[in-house]
Amino acid sequence: MAPLRYIADPPEDVRAVALDGLSVLYHVPSGTTHIVAPPAPEILAALREGPADVAELLARLATHFDVEGDDAAAAIGARLGELEAAGLVRRA
Amino acid sequence: MKHSLTLRIGPVGFRIGSAWRGPIDALAALYEGYPAPEDGICDFTVRLEPEKPWRRWLRPSVAIQGDYVLPDAAPMALAHGLLAAEMGMNLQMALGQKSWLLLHAASVEKDGRALILTGESGAGKSTLAALLGERGWRLMGDEFALLDPESGALHPFPRAVSLKNGAIRVMEGEVDAARFGPRLEGTPKGAIRHLRPNAQALARMDVPASPALILFPRFGEATAARAVGPAEIFMRLTQASTNYVALGQAGFDALTRLVATPAAAIDYPDTASAVDLVETLWAEAA
Amino acid sequence: MSAGRLLVSALRDPDSLADPDWSALIAAARAEQLLGSLAERLRGHALPRKTTQILAAARRESAHQRTRALWEAEMARRALAPLGVPVVLLKGTAFHAANLAAAAGRSVGDLDILVPRERMAQVEAALLAAGWERMKEADGYDDLYYRRWMHELPPLIHRDRDRMIDVHHTILPPTARPTPDARALIADSVALESGLRILAPADMVIHAAAHLFADGDLAGGLRNLWDIDRLLRQFDSAAFRAQLAARADLHQLRRSTARALRLAARLYGSPIDRGLAGRDRIADRLFEARLLARNGWGQPRRPLLRFAFYVRSHWLRMPPAMLARHLWVKARR
Repeated sequence: MAPLRYIADPPEDVRAVALDGLSVLYHVPSGTTHIVAPPAPEILAALREGPADVAELLARLATHFDVEGDDAAAAIGARLGELEAAGLVRRA
Repeated sequence: MKHSLTLRIGPVGFRIGSAWRGPIDALAALYEGYPAPEDGICDFTVRLEPEKPWRRWLRPSVAIQGDYVLPDAAPMALAHGLLAAEMGMNLQMALGQKSWLLLHAASVEKDGRALILTGESGAGKSTLAALLGERGWRLMGDEFALLDPESGALHPFPRAVSLKNGAIRVMEGEVDAARFGPRLEGTPKGAIRHLRPNAQALARMDVPASPALILFPRFGEATAARAVGPAEIFMRLTQASTNYVALGQAGFDALTRLVATPAAAIDYPDTASAVDLVETLWAEAA
Repeated sequence: MSAGRLLVSALRDPDSLADPDWSALIAAARAEQLLGSLAERLRGHALPRKTTQILAAARRESAHQRTRALWEAEMARRALAPLGVPVVLLKGTAFHAANLAAAAGRSVGDLDILVPRERMAQVEAALLAAGWERMKEADGYDDLYYRRWMHELPPLIHRDRDRMIDVHHTILPPTARPTPDARALIADSVALESGLRILAPADMVIHAAAHLFADGDLAGGLRNLWDIDRLLRQFDSAAFRAQLAARADLHQLRRSTARALRLAARLYGSPIDRGLAGRDRIADRLFEARLLARNGWGQPRRPLLRFAFYVRSHWLRMPPAMLARHLWVKARR
């Protein structure tokens, strides 16, 4: 079975403001405000390059950040699940 | 409605109707000197009605009705009618106000700049603001601060200050008796007495101010102060606002701008220390 | 002029407003959930500064409700997409999703959707898996009441967003006497770009009519009729009128539809087919009085009249024997 691929909303749908280490996001389509910590903003930025599954996402993130640990994939997967529940990403 | 009153508090016009005369008389006395709603047009309507038709006379029981209601609210005794009217007005603001971002905060002004006091109920913000209002500051409000989403300015909402229990005696020592409403015993929050803001607060109820300092006061601890960062301010203010979500992107933009304001959490053991601490931090923020 | 009548007049013909009692009009509009609609009708009119400010705030509120409602629909779509079930949006959410004239300033609360009866269990399971929850631990009887006798699942609420979803399999309780053709409602529904669906226009009018008379005690009736007026004005044509008559017969809702048309014409001047609507009846006056029973303080008036309609609405919903049992069990608790 092919792994799940995710899509993020286009940049104009999310207004982001950085506030000492955290990001507050206003998600225009839902009218919801989210307060998120890394790596959530980085995941959203990486997804804007196009749909991706966990492996592709890890690769994209690794080009900009140190992504370490065997459970990096599990952690990214968990964050994606949270972002999906929040409505900030959806399945392709 | 049999008895009624209109009045304006800051930019908000209210109509209060009542099946009984008492609460309207008490309201008129407490809000003496307040202007009428602009062009007689009221933003919100509050109605004090009998819970059941026969409760108008038999063990009178006041249900708070109006544009916005709390479905399971317990009715109140007629003796607390003034309190019911106040609660009714608060409710309309909390549930219905969509023109300004509502901060659950007290605010005072000096030199066109506003000090915002926010935090949990019972932390003493109302009392502190009322006291500052008698010590060279202009009281803008004790319960709601109105943030203009376009301009970022803070608008006054100088309703009658709601003093509870110990705070009543503090202010009775400071202020002319004529400015007080009746002492109400046995309310869910204990004893309550309302205090009308002073002449300066009323005269300037249409004059906004720019937010300059945000304080999160906490009563009962040794004097202390620590800076609060923007992320924490943002979280605490959204929790304290009843209409942040309803204002959508305008609310988000207004609040993200506001959190650039200097802020501190302060602890104080008594009101004298509080006032000193406030003056010190205000001077530093200038 | 009573506040109810002033409100209707303001909506119908905003140009006719000449220095009204704004406080009364606004209070009545709020009470009837029509302040947003009134604000849209008065867009661009010269108004006192204060009124302009109040109506601008009402428009802001409407826009926000629209956003939340469409988002709720989208999240339901995401949860149900894997099932391949047709999901038909109902009422205000449908108007907004399709950008109909009826959406202008329309307040909207819970999400109502219509799905095939045989798929309801799957739909509920998918929603529960996506974060919706049952409202309260439904004790056996209430749950049974909903599933067997009402036309919807017991309402679900989303645990994070705190919004309710009502899943229907038809538009009237199965226990009520008219039996709309649910299969036809779904079969003839119209797909939107997102994949969500709305009822065919004629069915939307009939649903609103059914909802107005058979599903309630006329509370909220002025808004319901305003919906009908907006729908009729947008879709009126010879073909539409023929369709409306045909569908009203199909769904056994000819009488409700006819009465709704007569009342819409009476109150809002809606364009109606007199062939379907028939001539005005004496009872129409009672309905009109009930609908306009709102004073300038926002209070409901005419308590006896309202009570009569309340009893009637329960009578229509459940045949008397069932009604007695339901009320008896409720009283025993």
